[in-house]
Amino acid sequence: MNATKFAKGAIFPIAALIVWEAAMRIGNVQSDSLAAPSQIAAAFYQALIDGTIPRRTGETLRTALTGLALGGGAAVIVSVILGLVPAAARLMQFSIEVLRPVPAVALIPVAIMTLGFGYGMGIALVAFACFWPVLIYGHSAIVNIEPQLLDVSRVLRLGAFGRVTKIVLPAALPRYFVAFRLSAAVALIISVTVEIAANPLGIGHELMTASQSLHPDLMFAMLLWLGLVGWAVNAVLLFAQRRLFGPAAYSASLQ
Amino acid sequence: MSPVVRLLWFGGSVAVTALLVLLWQLIATYSGIPPVFLPGPDRAWNALVAGIGTGELTRLTWATVERMLYGWVLASMLGIALGALIGSSRRAREYIGPTLELVRPVPVSAFMPIVMAFLGLSGRMVLVVIAIGSIWPVLLATVHGVSNVEPRLLEVSRSLRFSRFQTLWKFALPNAQTDILAGMRLGLTVALVLAVIGEMLASEAGLGYHILTTARSYRSDQLFAGVILLGLIGLASNLVLQAIEWRVLRWRRR
Repeated sequence: MNATKFAKGAIFPIAALIVWEAAMRIGNVQSDSLAAPSQIAAAFYQALIDGTIPRRTGETLRTALTGLALGGGAAVIVSVILGLVPAAARLMQFSIEVLRPVPAVALIPVAIMTLGFGYGMGIALVAFACFWPVLIYGHSAIVNIEPQLLDVSRVLRLGAFGRVTKIVLPAALPRYFVAFRLSAAVALIISVTVEIAANPLGIGHELMTASQSLHPDLMFAMLLWLGLVGWAVNAVLLFAQRRLFGPAAYSASLQ
Repeated sequence: MSPVVRLLWFGGSVAVTALLVLLWQLIATYSGIPPVFLPGPDRAWNALVAGIGTGELTRLTWATVERMLYGWVLASMLGIALGALIGSSRRAREYIGPTLELVRPVPVSAFMPIVMAFLGLSGRMVLVVIAIGSIWPVLLATVHGVSNVEPRLLEVSRSLRFSRFQTLWKFALPNAQTDILAGMRLGLTVALVLAVIGEMLASEAGLGYHILTTARSYRSDQLFAGVILLGLIGLASNLVLQAIEWRVLRWRRR
């Protein structure tokens, strides 16, 4: 049953690849913008063994993960404060609603000017972009904590620090994990976008150079690889989520 | 909470924002950071007013908004049509669905170098990239919404002997409204991002290219004015879409 399902899903892309390859060969197409699947596969293999793909992937993931850790980490702290102090949440609301819609890419020129090219600007922009989703998810996670748990912390006479580390964060952890998983996709998108637009690093830059130096085989190979990386990052985090939190995270991701 | 109290809290949160702007002003004036890197809100505001006065900024803003809207409308129409086609047929879902899932994790900005290789650096390239990028959220949301109709409604449509098109029009699409609107909202955000990046890369007139050139020549007050305008576009488009969602989905709340 599952095999049939897989086979049905595979027919369309495989047929497209065959038609593509055949058209390129029969028409004997020599193009600066299109390459046959066989050429793309060759370029992919070449980039894999000469170290281009591992190096570029490392650069992109370093930017994405560092930015996610910094932006998401800051958002966890802020969301705990806003979640536990409703007055603070109401007072910050307008500022958050005004700042949140600023597209991270609009800050690219600001980052170029103040930080220059390199990891710093990519990380800063990823951190900005990842801050908001983690803040919003985290805040709703804290607000929706079972009130009885907070009563427990009061009965136990926990201090503010003990209450946060022993009750609030463990209770909200599955939702925070979901927030980080969704933000990981944002982090990858923003780091690649910054690489394409400006920063001479990572998969995005390799893709851009391949396009501008008229190497369609390498260009499509990098696009393919980027899809695989995006898929793998999500798959790994989904797996971790199921192993670590099980149904708790499942219900959290539905809300 | 009574409306008066709510209004007071809202006023308080606006006041906090004003305080933050004041803090920015104080840092810019007294911290010793050269205004080239950190212009105060006063300088950014002056640049904004001057730019609107000459008509320059209004023209650039409109160019970006127009690009974003054209690409988004194109993507939404195509996305809903294709999504309805794929979503309403079980066979199409089985055969094409997995391919869509395969393309979904690719960051949309990665399509830009590909389209550039075909169309070169031009306004047309930017428009095509916006359309390709912002079609995904709409398409996937439509497929999801159209294919998840309450089974009893499908039984009703069968007993009324509705054609496939009638079922789609009368049951599946109204059912998918929430999903489609959410997808369109996401698509509009993507469209703005791609419009900005596209203008930067293709040197097409608009706010995206404007903020890049002002940064390169260290006219940071104009740069900040541009960033503020882009933030306003993001805010305004989100509010408009929310208002549309609220109106269109009113029948669901009853």
